[in-house]
Amino acid sequence: MPVFNQSRSRVIQFIFAGVFIAITGQLINLQLFSGQYKLAADNNAFYRKVIYPDRGIIFDRKKRGILENTISYDLVVIPSEARGTDTMTLCRLLNIDTAAYKKRMRDLIFKNTSVKPSVFEALLTPEMFAKLNENMYRFPGFSLNERSVRTYPYNVGAAVLGYMAEVDTGFLRRHKGEGYEMGDYFGSTGLENIYEKVLMGQRGIKRYIRDNKGRLQGSWENGAYDTAAVAGNNLYSSIDVELQELGEKLMQNKVGSIVAIDPKTGGILCMVSAPTYNPNYLTGNQRKKHLVDMLYFDPRLPLLNRTVGTFYSPGSTFKTMVGIIGMNEGVIDDNFTVSCGGAYHGCGRPMGCHAKGTFTLKPAISKSCNSYFAATYRRILENGKYPNRDSALSSFNQYAYSFGLGRRLGVDLPSEKMGNMPTPKYYHGIFGKNWQSCNIISNSIGQGEITTTLTQLANVMAIIANKGWYYTPHLIDSIEGGDQFGMLDKFKIRHKTKEIPEYVWEEVHEGMQGTMEFGTGFYAKVPGISVCGKTGTVENAYRGEKLKDHAFFGAFAPRENPRIAIAVMCENAGYGATSAAPIASLLIEKYLKDSISGNDRKAKVEQLAKMDLIPPQMKRQMAKRDSLRQAQQMAAAKKAARDTSGVQEAPEEMETESAPTKPNPAKTPKKDSGRTAAVLPEELRKSTSVKRKTAA
Amino acid sequence: MNRRNQNIVTQGVDYVVIWLYAILVAIGILCIFMVEYRPETDWLASFLDGKTSYSKQLIFAGVCAIAATFILLTDSKLFTAFANLFYLLGILLMIATFAIGKNINGSKSWIPLAGGFNLQPAELCKIFVSLALAKYLSRQEIDFSKIRSQLVAGAIALAPAVLSILQHELGLALVYTSFVIAMYREGLPAQILIVGSSFGALVVATLILEPNVLAVILTIIAAAVIFVLRKQIKKKKGLLTVIITIWLVCVGVQRFVVPYIFNNVLECYQSTRIYSMVGKEYNCDDNKHAQDKSSTNKTVRKPDDYNVRQSKIAIGSGGFFGRGFLKGTQTRGKYVPEQRTDFIFTSLGEAFGFVGCFIFLLLYLFLLFRIVMIAERQRSTFSRVYAYSVVSIFFFHIAVNVGMTIGLFPIVGIPLPLISYGGSSLLTFTVLVFILLRLDADRQMVLR
Repeated sequence: MPVFNQSRSRVIQFIFAGVFIAITGQLINLQLFSGQYKLAADNNAFYRKVIYPDRGIIFDRKKRGILENTISYDLVVIPSEARGTDTMTLCRLLNIDTAAYKKRMRDLIFKNTSVKPSVFEALLTPEMFAKLNENMYRFPGFSLNERSVRTYPYNVGAAVLGYMAEVDTGFLRRHKGEGYEMGDYFGSTGLENIYEKVLMGQRGIKRYIRDNKGRLQGSWENGAYDTAAVAGNNLYSSIDVELQELGEKLMQNKVGSIVAIDPKTGGILCMVSAPTYNPNYLTGNQRKKHLVDMLYFDPRLPLLNRTVGTFYSPGSTFKTMVGIIGMNEGVIDDNFTVSCGGAYHGCGRPMGCHAKGTFTLKPAISKSCNSYFAATYRRILENGKYPNRDSALSSFNQYAYSFGLGRRLGVDLPSEKMGNMPTPKYYHGIFGKNWQSCNIISNSIGQGEITTTLTQLANVMAIIANKGWYYTPHLIDSIEGGDQFGMLDKFKIRHKTKEIPEYVWEEVHEGMQGTMEFGTGFYAKVPGISVCGKTGTVENAYRGEKLKDHAFFGAFAPRENPRIAIAVMCENAGYGATSAAPIASLLIEKYLKDSISGNDRKAKVEQLAKMDLIPPQMKRQMAKRDSLRQAQQMAAAKKAARDTSGVQEAPEEMETESAPTKPNPAKTPKKDSGRTAAVLPEELRKSTSVKRKTAA
Repeated sequence: MNRRNQNIVTQGVDYVVIWLYAILVAIGILCIFMVEYRPETDWLASFLDGKTSYSKQLIFAGVCAIAATFILLTDSKLFTAFANLFYLLGILLMIATFAIGKNINGSKSWIPLAGGFNLQPAELCKIFVSLALAKYLSRQEIDFSKIRSQLVAGAIALAPAVLSILQHELGLALVYTSFVIAMYREGLPAQILIVGSSFGALVVATLILEPNVLAVILTIIAAAVIFVLRKQIKKKKGLLTVIITIWLVCVGVQRFVVPYIFNNVLECYQSTRIYSMVGKEYNCDDNKHAQDKSSTNKTVRKPDDYNVRQSKIAIGSGGFFGRGFLKGTQTRGKYVPEQRTDFIFTSLGEAFGFVGCFIFLLLYLFLLFRIVMIAERQRSTFSRVYAYSVVSIFFFHIAVNVGMTIGLFPIVGIPLPLISYGGSSLLTFTVLVFILLRLDADRQMVLR
């Protein structure tokens, strides 16, 4: 009997205890001191699903939805369950061949494994959805998932309403902590962009438990930690969708813009930037293709909002301001006359004029007499009240600023431009300290260095209509559920111009009404309504080539108790009275009378809509583009014949805006005034010519 | 069975062990329930269906209760009498497995029985080896201090291990090495344990350290030992030879033997598992088995440490108090492979955290100590050796299983006693425990 080994039972017990302590030590290490395992477990097990709320709807002033949501369907597949699918039928319905089907399937499995649902075909067209829906029983593993998509029932207002785009890394960096994730969409332009916070609503989060293959096993804790999605708030805009429709119709085949404002509220009634596009183009599964098409390949730049995003010399419409300031400063009065023999000779070089005769202010406005306002402008600058021209010009600018010029108005649209009200310092740089009023005399008739956006011009009309005050022009009047972010506060502030007495306004109104009765706007008369208007014709040149004049027209109506102030601009349309003025008159009639009455007026609508005023240089660009595209399509077809994959064009970098912000008045202060962003910039021209080489 | 107090059979039975046994089996069924539980299915209906693992395990437990009752009803002399016969039967069953075996998870060690149940003879053989070892060591003529009887005892223990390795059940084979503990108690020289553990330490050191660094360290140790013992060495020249021989052997082991074992003896996946324990990557291109396979153009799936990583995540995510019963996300999401069998400890760790694990391990430790206590109160060598065999098997299973789930031991597919799902395993441990209890109840009897 080996009794002597009794002590070894102790040793064995020590071994047991030692191993037990070692295990406990490792458990302490794992369970108490390593936070990483908890994190890893959560990463393993939780699937955080973002529930997207419906975006807010945008209504017009009569509560008609102009930007709504609709349901679109994605065809979703779980590859591992799709074995018994009738591939032939599915391919026929989707218009793809089986090779493409197999390739897509392979890609999906590679990207997202075969047990998780992946989108096979996104945003089906309604016909495709109907066809698929009937046949779904043949496609096990496939399902149709609905998703909310933006839709524009009236097909108008593209530039104003804007579109959505997928977030990129830059956006995510700028908007950290706002809950955006890769793959989300956000309002990229227009109202969608400015009111993103309001429209997006509040995302909901659902937590699911998933298993080792990524399949969802149900909600975590029965949804105790889930948050519900809150739909975005609706916006009520001041736009009148019928007016917008008419405006877009009238601006067909033209390059230019319209802004109409309710002077009493500052609410924008219609805002047209031509050429425009059907905003529904930028929703749905062809979105990217259309976007590239318009952004990169259309020389007319339809994505540019010309109402706030470009600036022009305001032309003769600016004369009203010169008159008002002159009167108020006391350098002219209603008896002040200027005789014009066809040109203004006060500065040596004669400045041409449309009308001959002797004018006081009223007829000078009506007939748009250049000499009168040149003389007035010089008097303003050489006013004895001010020690020097610098301070006189500064005082002039103070007026202009109070009229909303030379500064951003603060319209609720992105990338608004400020225009330019040249300062004395600015002229010091060009002409030196001792600049003369004659150096800058073209400003008097709205040419020269003064530039404004069309919205600023419409706002000037609203100020004249109101006789000295305005609300910042805006598109959104109210937000459903209240203005939580204070976004509309600035539109409730009544801005006042410098103190200007009543009789000055009356004088200008009188002159502007004269424009419509017997002056330059005679052809734009609105039957039965007393319209006050002012035409403008702006000389301009592109790359030294003198182009047809830009046509401007600014107006408000009716004269007593004005309800609409409007500015219309047609690029390279020639004399303002033939295009811009009649367009404005039709819009005024439509807004004030609710319809266009009379057959001749209706015919005028059609006639104007058909009028083709696309500038020739753009037409040349378009022809070039079309022929290039044809060549590309040929090449693509040839390539497609060789291999079934389509041609992918890498979109090139391009500025959407080509207007130089600073003119070079030293050389051609007058002729270079009509800078627009209407034509392709040099870079793209080069690249297209390169492309032609490759395409050929 | 523990309620029939007045029955003569239960006289002298150690109730503490029975209670521990019952509690552990109950915990096991609950753990399996946690693994299988799905909130969306009606667990009661599926439980009554009998298709789920936990209802099957409950049936196994019932079968085990019957078996336990039978064992308690038998005469303890039976075990001594039939020990060798049982052993022979077990070996024959294991050999038979090669002919009629069924392949489950890559190891052909199962004999299919009726009703979809399978029997693993290698499991049952643990009982038979315990009995046979006890029988052999309790023979009057055996002097265990003699090398010959040590070799015979070793052969008895290792014969099923060899067969298990042939069946690709490395884990089960390793279990048979645990009999060393029982033999140690019976007088196996302690040097064997010391040499064995030194070899283990050397292997681990080889894995962790660079070969040259380790060689330098070993040399420094040898030099230091020579320096310390320089006076004794002067007296006894042989000591220096011994030290230098040990040093040479150590360097040889770390230089040649360990790489040889990893590259030529072990399969690629086994080497990888061991390497991943110390946080290193094993290059399978060096592995001879992998080379053979790839030369025959079979794709060698590169194994990774997915199992142990997920297992550590599950246990680690339990924290101090755990996520709560049925609330473990890793368990519910089936992240841990083989969770109801080999990795059952993870479900416990996740649901009940450190506190739960600690209490659970205390239960085990208590069971082990209790069996050691029972062993020491036996008057017969047979009972004592048998008891030590049982405690060795339990200890080895617990240590290796828990060790592998928490990343202290390479992954070896052996179950957690009384907890893991599996009829063979549960029955084996039940029989082991209840034979012990029967023997213990009759400890006043002289069984040679």
